[in-house]
Parts: sequence; C-alpha cells; structure tokens
Amino acid sequence: MSGDSNGHGAHEPSFWRKYVFSVDHKVIGLQYMMTAMSFLMVGFALMLLMRWQLAWPGAPIPFFGRLFPPDLAPNGVMSGEFYNSLGAMHGTIMVFLGVVPLAVGAYGNYLLPLQIGAPDMAFPRLNMASYWLFLGGGLLMLSSFMMPGGAAQSGWTSYPPLSIINPGQTVWLFSMVLIITSSLLGSINFLVTAMNMRAPGMSLWRLPVFCWAQMVTSVLLLLAFPPLEAAAFLQVMDRVFHTSFYMPKGLVVLGHVSTVSGGGQPLLWEHLFWFLAHPEVYVLVLPPMGIVAEIIANNTRKPLHGYKTIVVSMISIGVMSFLVWAHHMFISGMSPALSNFFLVTTMIISVPSVAILTCLIFSLKGGSIRFTTPMLYALAFLPLFGIGGLTGLPLGLTVTDIYLHDTYYVIGHFHFVVVTGSILALLGGTYHWFPKWFGRKMNDTLGKVHFWGSVVCMIGVFGPMFPMGLAGASRRLYDPTAQVHNLIVQPLNVVSTVFAYGLFLFQLPFIWNFFHSMFRGEKTEENPWHATTLEWACPSPPPHGNFDKTPRVHRGPYEYSAPGRKTDYWMQTDPA
Amino acid sequence: MNIYGWGLPVAASTYAQKIDFGIWLIHAAMIAIFVLWGIFFTYLLVKYRKRDGVPAVRDDHDETPAKISVPDSFSKFPFAQILYKHQGELKSLAPDLIVMLFEVGLIVFYAVPVWSRIKMQMPDKKDAVEIRVEAEQFGWNVRYPGPDGKFGRTKPELVHFSNPIGLDRTDPASADDVVVGNELRLPLGKPALIELTSKDVIHDFFVPEFRIKQDIVPGMEIPLWIQPTRVGHYELACAQLCGFGHSLMRGDVYVQSPADFSAWLKSRAAAAPAAPKPVKPSEDF
Repeated sequence: MSGDSNGHGAHEPSFWRKYVFSVDHKVIGLQYMMTAMSFLMVGFALMLLMRWQLAWPGAPIPFFGRLFPPDLAPNGVMSGEFYNSLGAMHGTIMVFLGVVPLAVGAYGNYLLPLQIGAPDMAFPRLNMASYWLFLGGGLLMLSSFMMPGGAAQSGWTSYPPLSIINPGQTVWLFSMVLIITSSLLGSINFLVTAMNMRAPGMSLWRLPVFCWAQMVTSVLLLLAFPPLEAAAFLQVMDRVFHTSFYMPKGLVVLGHVSTVSGGGQPLLWEHLFWFLAHPEVYVLVLPPMGIVAEIIANNTRKPLHGYKTIVVSMISIGVMSFLVWAHHMFISGMSPALSNFFLVTTMIISVPSVAILTCLIFSLKGGSIRFTTPMLYALAFLPLFGIGGLTGLPLGLTVTDIYLHDTYYVIGHFHFVVVTGSILALLGGTYHWFPKWFGRKMNDTLGKVHFWGSVVCMIGVFGPMFPMGLAGASRRLYDPTAQVHNLIVQPLNVVSTVFAYGLFLFQLPFIWNFFHSMFRGEKTEENPWHATTLEWACPSPPPHGNFDKTPRVHRGPYEYSAPGRKTDYWMQTDPA
Repeated sequence: MNIYGWGLPVAASTYAQKIDFGIWLIHAAMIAIFVLWGIFFTYLLVKYRKRDGVPAVRDDHDETPAKISVPDSFSKFPFAQILYKHQGELKSLAPDLIVMLFEVGLIVFYAVPVWSRIKMQMPDKKDAVEIRVEAEQFGWNVRYPGPDGKFGRTKPELVHFSNPIGLDRTDPASADDVVVGNELRLPLGKPALIELTSKDVIHDFFVPEFRIKQDIVPGMEIPLWIQPTRVGHYELACAQLCGFGHSLMRGDVYVQSPADFSAWLKSRAAAAPAAPKPVKPSEDF
C-alpha cells in the first residue's frame, strides 16, 4: 500500500530526512522513545525536589535551592506556589509526556507495523506530524516554568475555579491541546494500520496480544481525548475571555468579589476531565500488559494461557472504561445516588483485569522459564501490579473511599499501578526489543543491577504511602506537618524520600547501559530470543520498508514447544 | 488515649466504625488474596524454572474445545455440554468468580446501605444542631443560627476581613448569628446537620476522626451530617488542593458535652455581633 507510494528503498534519503524529519515508523518510534524517556527523567527530577520538601518541610534544598529565582524558592526554601507547580507538572509530564508517549508513541509505532508484517504506518506523514506536535506541546509545557507567574499550579486535574484563578494555566491548556491533537493523529493512524495493512494470513486472531492492546488503546485515545480537548478550550475561554462555563455566581476570592456573570458549574469540568482521564488509566496499563504477555510467552517457551480470554478481557476493559469515570468523584458533591451506579461499573471492570492477570500467571504453569533480564521485569510486574490493583478495591468502594479519598493511599495505589506496573513493563520491553532496534544486546549484569535496585526502591517509595493514607495524611500538602494528624506518620515521608533518591541512582546504570550498548553492545542476530512473532523475522535493525518481501503468516503468535518439531519455537512466517 | 497512631485514628462518630469495618475487611481479603497468589506464583517459578532436558509442556491448544468428547449423560443438556467442553478456560476463571462474588457481597450488603445512610439520609432538622460552614482560601467560617434558630441573609459585596461571610446585619435573623473562624464545636451524641458552601474554589471538609470527607463546591450547598460519639479535640483539614496555602487550611473541632456546648454557644451569642477572627490577608491577589 503506502509502502510503495512512498518510495521505500527507492533512493538514499539525506541525513535530515533519515534521522530528523523522517516518515519511517521506526525512526519516529525511536524519536518518541528518546523524548518520552527524557520527559520521564524531567518529571522524576521535579518529584525529587518535592520529596525533599515533604521529608524536611522548610529546609533549604541542598545544592539546587540557590539556583531557583527567589520568588520560587526564597533562600533555597521551596515556596507553596512552587511546590504546587512542581506537583501539577509532575503529574502532567509523567502521564501525558512520559508514559503514554513511551507506551503508545514509542513501542506502538516501532512494533505494531513490524508485528503485523507491514512496511510502515498507513499514514507516514501523519505519523511524523504526530511526533512533532507532541514535541512542540511538551516543550511548551516545560517552557511554562519560565513564564511570568510560573507553571500551572492547580494539580494535573486542573479543577476550576482554582485553575481559572491561578497563574500559569493558559500555557498548560494550550500545550494540552497540542498533545491531544498529536494523540488523535497517532491513534487514528494505528487503527487504520492494524485494520488494513496486516500481512496475508494475519487474521485478527493471529495478532500478538501487544497489537490487540495497541488497538484497544487507540480506540480509547480516539474517543476519550476529544471531550478533554473541548473542555480545555472552554477553560481557555473562562481564563482569557472571562466567560463562565465553569464559574458560578457570587464568588469572593480573597476579599475581591468576582465580576464574571456566573452560572457555570465546576463539576462540569470534573466530569469532562475524568471522562478522559479514566480511559487514560487503561491507556497507561494496556500496552504494558501487552509487553508483559509477549515477554512471558517468549520466556516460558509455551503458548500463552487463554490468549482469547486476554484479548476479550482487554476489549471489555476498553468498553467498560468509559462507564467508570465518576468513581473519581464519589465525594465531589455530585448526586450520591449516582455513585451507586459507578460503584457497580467499577466492580465490573475489575473482573476482566483479574482475568488478564490470572491468565498471565497460569501461563507460567508447565513452562520452561528462562530468567532473562526482560523476564525479570515481566515477572515483577505481576505481583506489584497486583498490589496496585488490589489497593484499588477500597478506593472503588463508595463507603471506604469517603475516608481514603485524596489521601496518600490513593497516591500509593496508582503509583503501584503505573510505576511498578507500567514503567517496569516498559523498561523490560526495552531490554527485550533493544536487539531489534540496534542489532546489539544490552549488558545483562547492568540490567540485573538496574532491575533489583529499581524494584526495591520503588517498593520503598510507594509502600509507606499506604499506612500514611490510613492515618489520614492528605495528598498535595506543601507542608504535611502543618496538620496535627499527619505528624505521627511523618517519618514515613523521610523513608519515601530516601528511597526516591536511591531510585534515581539506580537509573544511572540503565542510562549508561542504553547508550553504551547502542554502539558497543554485543552484536546479535535477527532473532536472539528465539521468538515467534513477525518483528523477529526481519533484520536487526530492520531496513527502511522492514521486510524484503511481504511476509505470509501461517499460524498464531505463540507457537512455542509445538509437538514433533526440532526447535521449540515455530515462527508465524515459517511455511512448515 | 492517643487519638492518632499507626493505623486509623480514633473513631469518633456513629458511622466511623462502619467505615473502619469495611477498611479492615477489605484489607484482610486483599492480604489473603495476595498471600495465596504469592505462594502459587513462587511455586510456579520454582517448579517450572528452566532445567536441561525438561521441555515446556503445552496445556491448552493441544485439544480444542470442539474435539473434546462429552459424556453421554450430558446429551440432553446443551448448556452443560458447553460448560464441559470449556472447562479448561472456566477453571482459570475460578479466581475471578470468587473475587466477583466477594465484590457483589460487598456492594449489596455493605456499600450501598452504608453509603445511603451516610450520604443520603440526613437527620431531621428538628433533632439536629444546624450549622453552616463556609470555606475560603485558607480558612473555615463556622456559623450557628443563634437563639432564634434562623440563619440570616448574607451578601457577597459585604464580605470584609471583619465580616468574612458577608453577613447582612440589617436582617433581624442575622443579628444573633454566631460566626467563628477555624473552630467547629459540636455537642456529644446529637446529630449535627452541616451545610457546606465555598466562597472561592473547591475545598474539602475532612475530619479524620469522624471518617467524613466531602468536597465543597462553590455555587452549591452540600449537606453533611455527623453524630459525635466521643468528647475530644480533633482536626478539620482541607483535603482538596485549594491554592498555595492549602496545607495551612485547618481548624479545630471540639466535641463537648451538651451542657458545655450550650454554655459556649450562649456566651458567643451574647457577644454578637461577633467579631470573627480576621482571616490572614494576602498580597497575592
């Protein structure tokens, strides 16, 4: 299809066309990867600053404190405004500029066309536009730190009227519009590619789980983001043109009577925001689950247990994720009767999630488990993501959420889901597919140091948050010691902070390993893991256009240890 | 007795123990599930680790459901045949079924009834102490109706540092209203019906000891009730990000014997028009 019309392999493109303004899905995928990983580091750095303030409130930040302008950090002590900016930007950067672009933009872009046997995405130029919009949005978001009034400081959720009163929000909204547009271009491209460009013989039931995860994710992005884009424009109107979509009548802000006409409703924003942001949670989780499924099938040397159950569960999660958004709003002031509906849908959506985890654990049974570095990440994903899922239970239940809502319990819950779940799986994916991307392997010893260090530190950072939440410590507090009921659990904040700095140190071997192995790593052949899916049937790294000739697919994705065969893997492309 | 400790703070309202029951029940279930899964998971990792000469064994795929023969006794029951043929998959859904039954039980017998009791069935105004709490950046204005039992009129344009809720003193009903800053007093054993409003942004009324939390949305009047069961000094904290001073937005809650409470209320009503504690001014707006 578009492969030929774009002249793949027709002539050698210039350096700029090849590495910078490329339309090749693999180059765009790696661009997404480098950018998203950099943003993850930025978001992490913001959190390291916040963690200092949380552990030792009011103590000057060592070394870096003096580098900030005095209005943000007078005498090196973080101000309340600066703390709130860091909090809002940490959430925004990690979700919208870190994990989603890494899971979808990087892994999806690179692997989806390869796994379905396509030469490129259906719309290569749209793909390039998607990356550059994302980069523009991300840089704009970062630049807001340098604007008058500083970056947005109303939380990543940006609830009005606070977000309309506070400085910094307009830039946040405009960069969100760019990021959302980028996501929409990407998701439509993924769907068209997966539907129309599958190689001959690649029926839907022969797609790897990872491709299914990307397809469901694309549908979520496509349907959930437009309401937030519209909502963001309304908030821009409220801020810039003083309309009242979200502003009620008769507000008195710090002694000043508000002059807007009123009649708006802050809860409208909460509904529109969570209508996106709950599906977004599954955008964060489904692609990593796909990665884990691929790694587990490959390293147990047997077919996944319940392939169809996993796929059907992913689709039902996709559908249900549009019906649970208001479980973030049980105590928001919306009708308490409505909460019962969202309570029931929330419990329903936990069923397919449990089914997927069960299938992945049962997949280990009967296997011949190779404990390779990527497999360690995939295995650690299962119990740790399990903790994240289980601790969602008291939060999804209306009654217990009354007490636990907006406490550190919530922070612990979703960080177990996203950090020890998604990010761990994404790191494992890096070790797994690195040989495909660069034709070289990452160092195994450094990989294991990175793994054990990261897992221990992640548990040390997020584990203490559960007892803190149970003691009633609220999130988003600039100075937790200002409230008496937090004092007894304050030492846990110190524990969390120390482990957070440890987590940072354990990322250094990964960064070194990544760049060193890119040029100096041990060279590998095209299928070093003896895997079965299509991306391992082309050279490493794949050339422009991917496959020499269009591959033909003969069987399902996980034909490991098939009886009566000499090798324990049977590639999808093998004729017999 | 310490009111704060490791674990939940002391329970000081009628519904606090119901909420605690749910929290502990769910945690017991969570820990049980996690430990059982953990044991199974570890067993699988040890048993099926890679060993030389031991190949992986495929469990499914070898026999597709269509090829499984069904015992004759099932021939009259098509649904039973389907179940029998798919028993492999059904077995793997068993943990799911158990979790689902537990959740259904929680919803039907716990969540829905307790939720409606706490959030939907307000006490009768006749039996309750009526209080209005107006939140603002970064403090709490607590208003009692005074001896006449009526709340007076307020106007946004009358808001001033000496009159934080904009009480219209020309209204006779408001003359005896008692307004206190960052201090909520409740009589022991009597339900308090609190109406929550906000002057500026979204705040959240959170008293850990009462296990109650409710967002306060500007433009809305949100009801909430508490029946204290224990005399003591507790903390009212804002639990929704409301600006740079969010963490400082706290107040004191005193639960007193009914006699002490009425004595206090009388002394404040006599002093009306109250001069509420001035709110910390800010130069940022």
